[in-house]
Amino acid sequence: MATTAPESRPRRPPTRGLLGGASVPDAAFRAVALAFGALVLALIAAMVAVMVQGSVHAIQRFGLGFLSGTLWSPNDRIFGALPFIYGTVVSSLLALLIATPIGLGVAIFLVEMAPHHVSNAISVLVELLAAIPSVLLGLWGIFVMVPFLQRTVEPALQAVFPGVPLFEGAPYGVGLLAAGLILAIMIVPTIVAISRDVMATVPVAQREAMLALGATPWETTRRAVLPYATSGILGAVVLGLGRALGETMAVTMVIGNRPVISPSLLEPSYTMASVLANEFTDATYDLYVSALIEIGLVLFGITILMNVAARLLVRRTARVSGRGER
Amino acid sequence: MDRTGARPPEALLEAAAPARGAAVAAPAASAVRIDSLGAWYGARKAIEGISLAIAPRTVTAVIGPSGCGKSTLIRCVDRLHEVTPGARVEGRVHVGDVDIYAPGTDPVAVRSMVGMVFQKPNPFPTMSVYENVAAGPRLRGSRIPRGALDDLVERNLRRAALWDEVKDKLGRPGADLSGGQQQRLCIARALATDPAVLLMDEPCSALDPISTYRIEELMRELAGDVTIVIVTHNMQQASRVSEWTAFVLAGDDGIGRLVEFDATEQLFTKPADPRTEAYITGRFG
Ligand SMILES: Nc1ncnc2c1ncn2[C@@H]1O[C@H](COP(=O)(O)OP(=O)(O)O)[C@@H](O)[C@H]1O
Ligand SMILES: [Mg+2]
Repeated sequence: MATTAPESRPRRPPTRGLLGGASVPDAAFRAVALAFGALVLALIAAMVAVMVQGSVHAIQRFGLGFLSGTLWSPNDRIFGALPFIYGTVVSSLLALLIATPIGLGVAIFLVEMAPHHVSNAISVLVELLAAIPSVLLGLWGIFVMVPFLQRTVEPALQAVFPGVPLFEGAPYGVGLLAAGLILAIMIVPTIVAISRDVMATVPVAQREAMLALGATPWETTRRAVLPYATSGILGAVVLGLGRALGETMAVTMVIGNRPVISPSLLEPSYTMASVLANEFTDATYDLYVSALIEIGLVLFGITILMNVAARLLVRRTARVSGRGER
Repeated sequence: MDRTGARPPEALLEAAAPARGAAVAAPAASAVRIDSLGAWYGARKAIEGISLAIAPRTVTAVIGPSGCGKSTLIRCVDRLHEVTPGARVEGRVHVGDVDIYAPGTDPVAVRSMVGMVFQKPNPFPTMSVYENVAAGPRLRGSRIPRGALDDLVERNLRRAALWDEVKDKLGRPGADLSGGQQQRLCIARALATDPAVLLMDEPCSALDPISTYRIEELMRELAGDVTIVIVTHNMQQASRVSEWTAFVLAGDDGIGRLVEFDATEQLFTKPADPRTEAYITGRFG
């Protein structure tokens, strides 16, 4: 939790150098740390610069219309990024919508209910899930999940919600729903691991205060632990979102890769990361390459924007939950 | 976490089982009656063979050197001890005429009859002053009408001598108050469930002298309608606020036992046990 006030940080004991010069290693360390910090910043700046430079062509040609253009037609030299932005944002949000309750539920079970050994075993399994290469997850998606969606889940959704635009169209199996599900599987471990750690650090005094009022274990979780852990849990969700936005391989394999904007989750779609991966080698002329690089730039921008927004959100809630510590 | 809520550990059942037949004749004369109480943390026994009867509407102080098991003792009266993983209890405790370790007794019900104030003020940081006080009553299920809840919050803030200081900032986070105010907020929060017994575990140890004084004053007022058990390592405090004092001491084996339990004045002026005398004259602890 972001609860440690800066003034409570323990003072570093004075370092004594081998040669008696008290602060030589200290200064050297500081310089090295500073250099690395600067290096990271410089790398990011360089990346942005290269991407801007690479996409100058497309920027000059389409301007802001690039972001709102819905047609992506390399043959006609027309490039609009909106379908990819839409596909990326919708599939990621769908993944969050599915993964957050599941991940939080698992974390609550692990911290609040399961006996220690069960909790440890499940934690290991969940972390294994995070270690599966995404191409394998994609394969599983193609061979197992997509047919199941196509034959069972999607017809069922259409039967239960007839005429609802969200579930209209022919059930292909591949599409936004499949992408959202695959992404959800990939980000559940992130959400579980972080919310578990955050909940485990809620002070015992908070739990006991609620228990002592006559709360049941579940009430204690809901009224004392979860509110206290809110900012950390939001952080977990943000990290999950970050992963979902940038994920390429598994999504490319199940989303259908068609640059269309449809309200239906059953329709194929396309993400920014996927189009970059798929079309970069085919980009035969400058403007095409330039448009693809601009897509990369937009993806970068959206990721940063989401992160900043989320961080602000986390900081606001952290201020509230950080106060009880003193 | 309270893993024992639904299924008390076997140890608890065993300890309480022989009591079944005898449990009927529980003496309601004492607010709390502790019989041969022992408590473990895993394999380590922390207290042993403690028996005490606490009269209703009195203030009882539990004194003793640090680590002798004072906190453990009072946490057993709230069934909070068992919340620590691996912790268990033997012996019997009655609160009023409820045998709180009887197999059928729900720890949640016990905890709503007994209030607890902890050593470090621990208001809920995401809740306002108002919500902190309302937290306990809101657990009682049915929705309380706004007006009744307002009254209840005000009444308990007054009982905790905090109302005048916070009446204009009921909506502010409880953690925004000063340390002494936070502790009184915690007292108000504990009182709001109308406990018959209020347990206080060194409630002033983190507070300045003025806040300490106010809380001591408050305790004497509250003793009119609540039975108070206060743990303190401050003997002046014990003699100022309590009518009865229990002295607990850990033996060479590290297990805390009751050395002496008597009227406070008696215990501090004419202790029956030489160890009590040694402790109150500052020769150890
Ligand atoms: N959570 C715990 N786990 C293991 N041992 C504990 C725990 N809490 C307390 N103890 C031990 O039990 C003994 C009594 O502790 P406690 O009741 O806190 O003493 P006091 O309140 O009198 O200072 C001490 O020796 C302490 O080390
Ligand atoms: Mg203690």
